Amino acid sequence: MSRLTVLKTYKLYIGGTFPRSESGRVYEVATAKGAFLANAAKASRKDARDAVLAARAAVGGWSGATGYNRGQVLYRIAELLEGRRAQFVEELRQSEGISAAAAEKQVDAAIDVWVWYAGWADKYVQVAGNGNPVSGPYFNVSTPEPTGVVAVIAPQESSLLGLVSVVAPALVSGNAVIVVASERAPLAAISLSEVLATSDVPGGVVNILTGSPAEIAPWLASHADVNAIDLAGAGSLDWVDLQIAAAETLKRVLPPEDGVPLPSVERVTFFTETKTVWHPKGLI
Amino acid sequence: MPFLDYAPAPESTAILHLRESYGLFIDGEFVDGHGASFQTISPATEVKIAEISAANAQDVDVAVAAARRAYDRTWSRLSGADRGKYLFRIARLVQERARELAVAESLDNGKPIKESRDVDVPLVAAWFFYYAGWADKLDYAGLGPNPRALGVAAQVIPWNFPLLMLAWKIAPALAAGNTVVIKPAETTPLTALIFAEILQQADLPAGVVNIITGAGDTGSLLVNHPGVNKVAFTGSTAVGRAIAKSTAGTGKKLTLELGGKAANIVFDDAPIDQAIEGIVNGIFFNQGHVCCAGSRLLVQENVQDEVVDRLKARLSTLRLGDPLDKNTDIGAINSREQLDRIRELSDVGEQEGAERWTADCVIPKDGFWFAPTIFTNVSTSHRIAREEVFGPVLSVLSFRTPAEAISKANNTPYGLSAGIWSDKGSRILGVADKLRAGVVWANTFNQFDPSSPFGGYKESGYGREGGRHGLAAYLESSGWHSPAAISKGARK
Repeated sequence: MSRLTVLKTYKLYIGGTFPRSESGRVYEVATAKGAFLANAAKASRKDARDAVLAARAAVGGWSGATGYNRGQVLYRIAELLEGRRAQFVEELRQSEGISAAAAEKQVDAAIDVWVWYAGWADKYVQVAGNGNPVSGPYFNVSTPEPTGVVAVIAPQESSLLGLVSVVAPALVSGNAVIVVASERAPLAAISLSEVLATSDVPGGVVNILTGSPAEIAPWLASHADVNAIDLAGAGSLDWVDLQIAAAETLKRVLPPEDGVPLPSVERVTFFTETKTVWHPKGLI
Repeated sequence: MPFLDYAPAPESTAILHLRESYGLFIDGEFVDGHGASFQTISPATEVKIAEISAANAQDVDVAVAAARRAYDRTWSRLSGADRGKYLFRIARLVQERARELAVAESLDNGKPIKESRDVDVPLVAAWFFYYAGWADKLDYAGLGPNPRALGVAAQVIPWNFPLLMLAWKIAPALAAGNTVVIKPAETTPLTALIFAEILQQADLPAGVVNIITGAGDTGSLLVNHPGVNKVAFTGSTAVGRAIAKSTAGTGKKLTLELGGKAANIVFDDAPIDQAIEGIVNGIFFNQGHVCCAGSRLLVQENVQDEVVDRLKARLSTLRLGDPLDKNTDIGAINSREQLDRIRELSDVGEQEGAERWTADCVIPKDGFWFAPTIFTNVSTSHRIAREEVFGPVLSVLSFRTPAEAISKANNTPYGLSAGIWSDKGSRILGVADKLRAGVVWANTFNQFDPSSPFGGYKESGYGREGGRHGLAAYLESSGWHSPAAISKGARK
């Protein structure tokens, strides 16, 4: 006798809460073979703008935390991911139509990538910054700081590893992120938001939108309160138009990538700004 | 003679050996341009200095092709050590011809000779000397082993520090192994053309550096040329935005150093004497034609009157006049166009209700001049508090708490530089952390050094010039990835 299962309602993740799209819209998410899986929220322009607002409000606290603190919070996410391993494997298997073994590999890789980036939080400043031997009696040091609010179009094919590979590096330095998930397979992203909500990541630091990247990305690219945009998963969109829209406020832009970006400290430092501070030294 | 009235002490122009006219410097030689030639004048006298060629589309093609040829056949095959030796040669030649370059710069740009002689030209030599040493040490630039040059770099530079901006662009580009086509500003091409002669003396291989003159349309042709791999621009945010749009999707690596509206924050515990000097240096250095100028003075309310009074007293001792005079503090505004813009924004400042004070000084009959000016009663919404004046005009605003100072300082789309004046170390470091600006000067201002990265946050652009960071603008990382084991087998 089989038990009737309790189905999950998949919603957006904005400012630490789980709203439906203000537009009231949903779209059907299906298995690789076309069977109904869920109705995901179809985010609108207003949802994107709400997410930017939440992200901006969260930047100060997250970037103001110590690197050690951010590192522990990020590591905690990996711990929770590990605990939900079976759920993610099942979601990937269903929505990406891959074997259980392939799904396990992807989840394991996502967790390991998260751990790798977590460890950078209290180190990247030492690698990307330095003291400067200026020709005069001055203390002079250059250090990287987070750029601010980063919009991300997640890789569309790899719905968990792809997502983690773009979100984690932007978080390391203290940016707040708005990420548009894989359109076809958004379930892992929503489940990740449940992990984030129960970890110690402050609300608004990560905001996850599901729906059509083609529809949402232009609003994020042109939003004046977004400082940078990662077009990793925008390869099939009119991404040059997105880059042109982003140029209006001189956003930092990472171009599309094929597949999943490799873990790299350059993904961390790309979303930082180098600040150089001078102060005179007394001549004693 | 009244107090502080000095006898004239002009630097002689006899050291110059200028030509009547200058062509474009392409593939190691001066050639005639095919655009409509123009005159470069002295902004202090409006007298013509020389006739300058303008590059049209055909000339830009030829220059880019020369740079590509030099990259493929010569420069990319040279060892880093040899590239470095050429740069060391250039540094030494600049030092040898320093006085000549300083005189030419002040003549063409209008800046006081004491600045071109003591700041611009020494920094030009220092920039080449610094990056010369990097050329054979690129593995240590923080970009992973064997970082690669990009190819041909298109560089467009402004008129405020003509030769210094040329050095900021060319030195790291060549050290990293790129070849260059550079366009100096229309109103200040002279020192770049003398620099071309230095390149000939250095025997730099033909085509490694090409210098093309012209106006904005020449610059646009250059940065949009399909044959360039890298675009570096210093200038206005409006033009930077246009370049960011036109290069979108082309794969050209872009760095932009754009406008600013820096806050210079004076706390009530500041060393006031030094702060006054720093404020003056911050906004009246180079007639305020400085992208990182401290154009917004944020002064704590309880010391505002004292600071403003002492500032006015100090400004009344500045000497405005002949840029070639060694006693001159304030030189000429670079062009009539810029003078019009400064006048317009200053008039708007008055119309919007700010209180205008102008130093009492004699304005020469010919040339372009603007006396040091301070606006008080400025509010954050006034255009003189928001827009870059790029002239000797200071807006004074007040604040009560450090939090208010930070919030006012950051209330701008720009983020190039900022100043902090306080005797309290913890306050300086706390405020410096919260300012969204690429360069923060604490108890000093307008300091530059080739080892010190310079560049903006937000709409002041992206990328850094100077230091190890400045190399990243001209190199492609060979990859600095994690151990592949992390995600082996899980990628599509």
